[in-house]
Amino acid sequence: MQQSNTYVIVFSAVLTVVLGLLLSGSAQFLAPWQQEAIALDKKKQILGAVISGEELDAMTPEQINEFYGANISATVVDINGQEVTDQGVTAEKVEVAKFYKKPAEERQYPVYIYHEAGDPSSVKSYVFPVYGAGLWDAIWGYVALDTDMNTIGGITLAHAGETPGLGARITEPGVQARYVGKKIFDEKGELVAVEMKKGEGKDYSDNPHEVDGMSGATITANGVNAMISNYLQHYNAYIKSKSTAQAVAGL
Amino acid sequence: MSAETIEKVIDTKPAEGLLSKRRKKLVTDPLIDDNPITIQVLGICSALAVTTQMKPTLVMAISVIFVIALSNVVISLMRNTIPSRVRIIVQLAVVATLVTLVSELLKAFSYDMYKELSVFIGLIITNCIVMGRLEAFALGNKPYDSLLDGLGSALGYSWIILAVAFFRELLGSGSVFGYPVYANISSLIGDDFKLATNGLMVSPVGAFIILGLIVWVQRTKTGYVEH
Repeated sequence: MQQSNTYVIVFSAVLTVVLGLLLSGSAQFLAPWQQEAIALDKKKQILGAVISGEELDAMTPEQINEFYGANISATVVDINGQEVTDQGVTAEKVEVAKFYKKPAEERQYPVYIYHEAGDPSSVKSYVFPVYGAGLWDAIWGYVALDTDMNTIGGITLAHAGETPGLGARITEPGVQARYVGKKIFDEKGELVAVEMKKGEGKDYSDNPHEVDGMSGATITANGVNAMISNYLQHYNAYIKSKSTAQAVAGL
Repeated sequence: MSAETIEKVIDTKPAEGLLSKRRKKLVTDPLIDDNPITIQVLGICSALAVTTQMKPTLVMAISVIFVIALSNVVISLMRNTIPSRVRIIVQLAVVATLVTLVSELLKAFSYDMYKELSVFIGLIITNCIVMGRLEAFALGNKPYDSLLDGLGSALGYSWIILAVAFFRELLGSGSVFGYPVYANISSLIGDDFKLATNGLMVSPVGAFIILGLIVWVQRTKTGYVEH
């Protein structure tokens, strides 16, 4: 009886339903915690571009939320650098990955502003989310520009599925530190961004637009280059508007 | 680790010969004499992949213990109802469900670990040890025996990957569980002294070497020869 076709089919059907219910139930049940974890992770990535990894590691989730609330304000801009003031649009809600699929002109671009605790007017740096494709899957990150709107103050990079030990090294502090102090504009004021070169172990300290590469991960590095360059281009109008504002304020 | 498990068993169910010699052997055999990694040479893939550092390795070990023990019990409970023609798929469905549960739990409560282990948690599904124990043991034995058997194999797997991770993290990153051993030793000896880490140990090649050495040492001691 056990081996009859009907038994096999009924058994499989029941098993599928039971396991399916179990999984969807647990996914539903755990969703709030997962969303909280993902939101916290995003905050950590944004803060990672402006404060050191050790400081961030030492903080508890509550402290991170508190620090983020006190030191980060956010706005959303369009390709022309104009603030998007539509109802219900906040930087935290803008999903860069979703807008990535739309033409650059139609996207919304969040900007995170790092300022003195509780004082949004004394800006310390601007953090721009970037998004692109690595070798296997999506890569993304946050680029922090100092108030001269030219010098990179810090960067965080993350990935969905790069090769461990090769492309996945973009998440290492040592790799991300290579970007600190680099410039995105050349002397003529043209946006050249920063390029990660092929090969590893060379010294690029005298070139403000190039950083040392990752051995064995050239395609991931190319993805990172394209991502940073594309998005800085998209943010260019906003960056320019801020840097002229700074210049005027300086006079 | 083994002692701990046995103690727990004594605590919960003292009578009924629940820890007979045969049952003890179920747990202790896979630790050394029939170790899934060093003797049966199963589960090598994840042993290479996750062992660069102790912390993710520990999480991986706990996940594997959970999956093997529980899937063994579940399959053993169902063993008289599973049609033999679709038994592999049934086993796979149960294992995959448990692994997905582990993955969801990690995502909710330990997001950093979830990111770090990423694909390797999912790959527990294809860890030959899990299916191997289901096929070889749980399908033909009672739930309690199957639980012991699963724990034994999982602990055998766990201590090997933890040992590999210990050497890889110490030699490759100069730390143990993230504690900077090398830096501390260097500062004890003098300012100019610096212990160098070995980059080879961070790559999968390092795991092969360590694992090979462990197998060598073990087989020299036990005199095990492959037939």
